Amino acid sequence: MSGDKNYITVNNSIRSWLFTTDHKRVAILYFASITLFFFIGGAAAALMRLELVSPAGHFFTSDEYNRLFTMHGVIMVWFFLIPSIPNTLGNFIVPLMIGARDLAFPRLNLTSWYLFMAGGATTLYALFKGGIDTGWTFYTPFSTMYSNSYVAIAVAGVFIVGFSSILTGLNFIVTIHRLRAPGLTWYRLPLFLWSLYATSAILVLATPVLAMTLLLIALDRVFGIGIFDPARGGDPLLFQHLFWFYSHPAVYIMILPGMGVVSELIACYSRKEVFGYSFVAWSAIAIACIGFFVWGHHMFVSGQSPFAGLVFSFMSFAVAVPSAIKVFNWTATMHKGWVHFDAPMLYALGFIGLFTFGGLSGLFLACLAYDVYVTDTYFVIAHFHYIMVGGMVTAYFGGLHYWWPKITGRMYPEYWARAAAILIFFGFNMTFLPQFILGVLGMPRRYHVYPPEFEIWHVLSSAGASILVVAYALPLFYLGWSIFFGERSSANPWQTTGLEWQTSSPPPPHNFAATPTVTRKPYDFNVNGEPRAQNA
Amino acid sequence: MGNWVPRGNPFWPNADSAYAGSVDLLFLALCAVAFLVFSLLLVLLLRFAIHYRAGNRDADRDARIRKSWMFESAWTAATFVGFVALFFWGATLYLDIYRPPAGADTIYVVGKQWMWKVQHLGGQREINELHIPVNEAVRLIMSSQDVIHSFFMPEFRIKHDVLPGTSEELWVKPVKTGIFHLFCAEYCGTDHSRMTGRIVVMQHEEFSDWLRRQDVDGTLAAQGAALFRQFGCSGCHTSGSRVRAPPLEGLYGRPVPLSGGTIEVADERYIRDSILQPRKQVVAGYEPLMPSFEGKLSEDELVRLLAYVKSLAANPEAPQ
Repeated sequence: MSGDKNYITVNNSIRSWLFTTDHKRVAILYFASITLFFFIGGAAAALMRLELVSPAGHFFTSDEYNRLFTMHGVIMVWFFLIPSIPNTLGNFIVPLMIGARDLAFPRLNLTSWYLFMAGGATTLYALFKGGIDTGWTFYTPFSTMYSNSYVAIAVAGVFIVGFSSILTGLNFIVTIHRLRAPGLTWYRLPLFLWSLYATSAILVLATPVLAMTLLLIALDRVFGIGIFDPARGGDPLLFQHLFWFYSHPAVYIMILPGMGVVSELIACYSRKEVFGYSFVAWSAIAIACIGFFVWGHHMFVSGQSPFAGLVFSFMSFAVAVPSAIKVFNWTATMHKGWVHFDAPMLYALGFIGLFTFGGLSGLFLACLAYDVYVTDTYFVIAHFHYIMVGGMVTAYFGGLHYWWPKITGRMYPEYWARAAAILIFFGFNMTFLPQFILGVLGMPRRYHVYPPEFEIWHVLSSAGASILVVAYALPLFYLGWSIFFGERSSANPWQTTGLEWQTSSPPPPHNFAATPTVTRKPYDFNVNGEPRAQNA
Repeated sequence: MGNWVPRGNPFWPNADSAYAGSVDLLFLALCAVAFLVFSLLLVLLLRFAIHYRAGNRDADRDARIRKSWMFESAWTAATFVGFVALFFWGATLYLDIYRPPAGADTIYVVGKQWMWKVQHLGGQREINELHIPVNEAVRLIMSSQDVIHSFFMPEFRIKHDVLPGTSEELWVKPVKTGIFHLFCAEYCGTDHSRMTGRIVVMQHEEFSDWLRRQDVDGTLAAQGAALFRQFGCSGCHTSGSRVRAPPLEGLYGRPVPLSGGTIEVADERYIRDSILQPRKQVVAGYEPLMPSFEGKLSEDELVRLLAYVKSLAANPEAPQ
């Protein structure tokens, strides 16, 4: 590293961090915030698993248990999963990857972080004031007329955080359109950017619907407008349609960035370009589009018309096709490559396995007659945790390790990182495989007490969760350690392509001394697995 | 918590209704497809990762595949065709398991925080229990007094949400006698996990015997007839009353011409809506005079009125 100041050392005052418009610093702010939320949400999950060891429950009342799973869901979905990769890794890497000095709207970027924190503080206030017991899905008329908890405040928090999502999405779309370096055509974009582009489109189009729906809940609760109350001509099912119109695409908001990260990792550690680049790129767009037309698959037993059920079932099978395309292409990428097993690659391989398993279980749920049996059981819980945790969180950790040297200028300890990757993989499976079995046996979700015949699977799942707690805490320690004591990283420690690796680690405040010019496709490795430089 | 029944096999759920076997067969097919895809992927993944590891410098890396579209169309087509097949299978069975067979007996279910109330046509009532005969199809007409619940009978592979303000239905034909689980599957508040009960499936004779032994205050229709007078419905809906209201004799199951020019079949939902929101569907040729009974009737009372109005179809004799 030269003697020049990088983005961290340029100014160390608190003020310089809180008023920064540097996308890299905003990313760090986001990183610290979502880590906090991850451990709050994780603590709620750990307490639930503890309680479920016994069929009758020992530690909590039913009201407390209901508040725990609601808190877990609300925090994890809106304050960890949705912002996770886009707002941390995306914020940091997007401008570097396209050869720009910052995002298109740096102040908007900082605004989005403040909105995020305001929403987070509001929601935490509701949670610690006494909590909410509606489940993260806020189903009406329970949430509007029957719940005696702080629904309006929590909903306000989620409403606010939605604007943070919209601003981030907007920022990414404009940045990717307008700020690409000379020569960086669409088909030269790394796949991470295609994924984030698709994600951003969903953020901008779907989040307003959530905002509107939450506003209706608040109005119904505070002023009693009765829009979801059948006694006043309202319709409780309308809420489910509106909610899932956002919340199903939101699932793709959560998983698409993970797919983007995995595309980067597989290419880098196979020393080879991604197989079927344009198919992987367009499958992200296809997922974002089809993802808007599958929301009704959450409602197969709700009383919506059976014919609507048929259409939504078909679309749900259809949306699985582009995901399958991605998985096959990642696998084919390793064919005749030079596969390295650094920790990020272990995470990427874990992602492929867990995501595929979770995705295949999605077919069971898309399949109408079987969904009737397993919907609202632990099968659903296991399914979406395989995608969200096994998939998304694994990809997040993979990406975090991969770009860690770029972000901090230090290498993480490889031995510990591999150990954590392997531990997370086994802990995860041990936690959630038993939940598939519970679902197939008919165990309903959101049950505080349950029939003793299910006990053995709950105990197994909780045992797995205890491993998972350790596994997820590990990176906190060794990554924290590496910030101060890790080996210093060169600009391009993985010897890979990509503009972000052609500036120093950590990057200078304005990323590049001179705007780079791109002359090649991404992932341009020669047959011996050596990278060709991106810019001329 | 005394109601739980231990079950035989901790790895496979019992399957005890007419369509449970078909659902399980579909499950096995889904498992087979998932296993096939997953194992194919795993074999390729491990094979490539191990054989082409960077340390193996002898692996043949010449003649890499450059043109990928043949592979792309192959696996896209293969997955699509497989998925479409599964879709049709699942969809056909779905339509079947919600289409009640003709002649199934009706039982009324009301969900409320946090219990299930069941009313048989004979006027028998039970809470958190449902007695039904084996090898006979029964239709459950379900509604909720408050929030959304879901009536879930895992051994029968069936559930359906139970909503306030409307009636939903499912049918089931148990094939074994015994005691089975009843769960609420839609989160409904504090004691959601205690909104459970048992389904008691009995031989036909045993069941008739059980029905007879219950303390009954007249049939459900008779109880409804009392309410019909109590709430003043009889004031208008009887022949010879001063206010002209549509006659209810022989109404149930018949098509009704409405003032908007449309025709609706008078099923449970139609009758229910007509009581609660009479101005939604006005019968052609009548004035919209009827007041709404929304909020004046509990779900249980509504069920009894419904049973009474339905009974007039079979026994078309003018109400008193």
